[in-house]
Amino acid sequence: MKRRGLAAWGALLPLALIVLVGYVGTVLWTLRTSVSSSRTFPKDDFVGLQQFERLLDNERWQHAIHNLAVYGVLYIAAAMLIGFLLAVFIDQKVRGEGVLRTAFLYPYAMSFVATGLVWQWVLNPDSGLQNAMQQLGLTNFQFDWIVDQDMVIYTVVIAGTWQGAGLVMALMLAGLRGIDEEIWKAARLDGIPTWRVYLSVVLPMMGPTLATVFTLLATGVVKVFDTVVAMTQGGPGTASDVPAKFIMDHLFGRANLALASAGAVMLLITVLALVAPLAYARSRQKTQGGH
Amino acid sequence: MAQRKASALWARIGIYAFLLFAAAFFLLPLYVMLTTSFKSMEEIRLGQIFALPSAPSFDAWRAAWSEACTGVSCEGVRGGFWNSVAIAVPSVVLPILLGAVNGYALSWWKPKGGEWLFGILMLGAFIPIQVMIYPLVKLEAALGIYSSLPGIVFVHLVFAMPIMTLLFRNYYAGLPGELFKAARVDGGGFWRIFVQLVLPMSTPMLIVAAIMQITGVWNDYILGLTFAGRENQPMTVQLNNVINTTTGERLYNLNMAATILTSAVPLLVYLISGRWFVRGIAAGAVK
Repeated sequence: MKRRGLAAWGALLPLALIVLVGYVGTVLWTLRTSVSSSRTFPKDDFVGLQQFERLLDNERWQHAIHNLAVYGVLYIAAAMLIGFLLAVFIDQKVRGEGVLRTAFLYPYAMSFVATGLVWQWVLNPDSGLQNAMQQLGLTNFQFDWIVDQDMVIYTVVIAGTWQGAGLVMALMLAGLRGIDEEIWKAARLDGIPTWRVYLSVVLPMMGPTLATVFTLLATGVVKVFDTVVAMTQGGPGTASDVPAKFIMDHLFGRANLALASAGAVMLLITVLALVAPLAYARSRQKTQGGH
Repeated sequence: MAQRKASALWARIGIYAFLLFAAAFFLLPLYVMLTTSFKSMEEIRLGQIFALPSAPSFDAWRAAWSEACTGVSCEGVRGGFWNSVAIAVPSVVLPILLGAVNGYALSWWKPKGGEWLFGILMLGAFIPIQVMIYPLVKLEAALGIYSSLPGIVFVHLVFAMPIMTLLFRNYYAGLPGELFKAARVDGGGFWRIFVQLVLPMSTPMLIVAAIMQITGVWNDYILGLTFAGRENQPMTVQLNNVINTTTGERLYNLNMAATILTSAVPLLVYLISGRWFVRGIAAGAVK
């Protein structure tokens, strides 16, 4: 019995090292740095929560957080709504399901960089959509959000939704197909309209799928970086800045390690606040003999 | 009855109209990318982004592959392509192998404390990259592998551990336990059981894991930017440099050709693998 554990631990040694150094160690290092006054090089002093106060007073950070909130809410809502609708409509025994699925899901195979670059081109007011519509005779057509400080973050939402909605569709479709046919038969016998069944019966039954999709999208939101860098470089000015970009800039460009670390800790807290309730709900479900 | 039939017909028309409209939205960027890449700059300046190319030409593709400039050097994105290949091969093979071993050790041998290790790893999956990135730079600098091929492969290994371990642990836990007991009775040791019994049964998970790692590593930007160094810049980083740091007139045809070239590998993987692609994401989505 003892030898059995030994062999397994021997095999798990690389993983244990990665977890200990790569995950636990790095988080502790960043936590430590966030309460120091480090600039270009890490320092060992202790300044309490000063960096967090400075961060919360920093206008660029405030704006980045605001953008993240706008992006997060709209992106998750849009991707879930569009993904769900696509899944429901595809589930109506339509022809060409394979082609449609491919058309909706292929953006998910593309990188965020490519996504950002394509949309930068399509939304460019001088040569993209706006210009093309004006040439078609719609001279009043205006769509210059990507160069508009107040609207630019919504263009990132469009690009993100385009990239991610197909994934939601695929996961929701799998969820829909997993629902018992008997429910549909019963509903038909009772003469309940289809949309009613989806809304009041099917949707509540898809709870676990919805939770999975939400977790996937929410962790993606906090990571958002590549899309912004490729699409707008955070601009115009810093109008489409996001926390991940703020942190990267302060780590590598502006040499403000401690402030960047404080930002990273804030991101970590945000993720934990989002994920913890779901994880808790799930573990309760498990102990109650649910899924 | 006739009225009901008519409304059912309208419902069908509505369904197809919605789906076609949605498909047009999703395909629009691909269409624009493709048509733009085949146009000349004179034609692009006309600003008809939705028009088909009047005289389709591969010039922009050739230029994107072998002449596009990043800063001072003008050697196209082919360098980035081969860099990405060099990064992807070890960054796909190593995490999958280690993930399979981890999953096997955790699910079949259940060593004391293994659940703890796995639990922390699963929490680790949610840590934003920005929390870990700078200490990892420091660590790699201390090990002498920062800004090198081993350096970028190592961080891909670190970040792939949660998902790869989870995939294989769940897969192996679903196999019948009698297999393990029988192998033990036959006197098989840890590695012999793994190589002779477990690995041959792992094909489906190996495929799923390979699809996820190839697309994930190929599409990565932030890790390549930070850890690969100038010599090993992956294609995504090079692509962004080609498009966003060039001065003078923007060569949109070349840019779009380069974007398609950069996306070609994951798109091909997706088109060939079909439903396996989704299976991996679904299996990995925190069970």
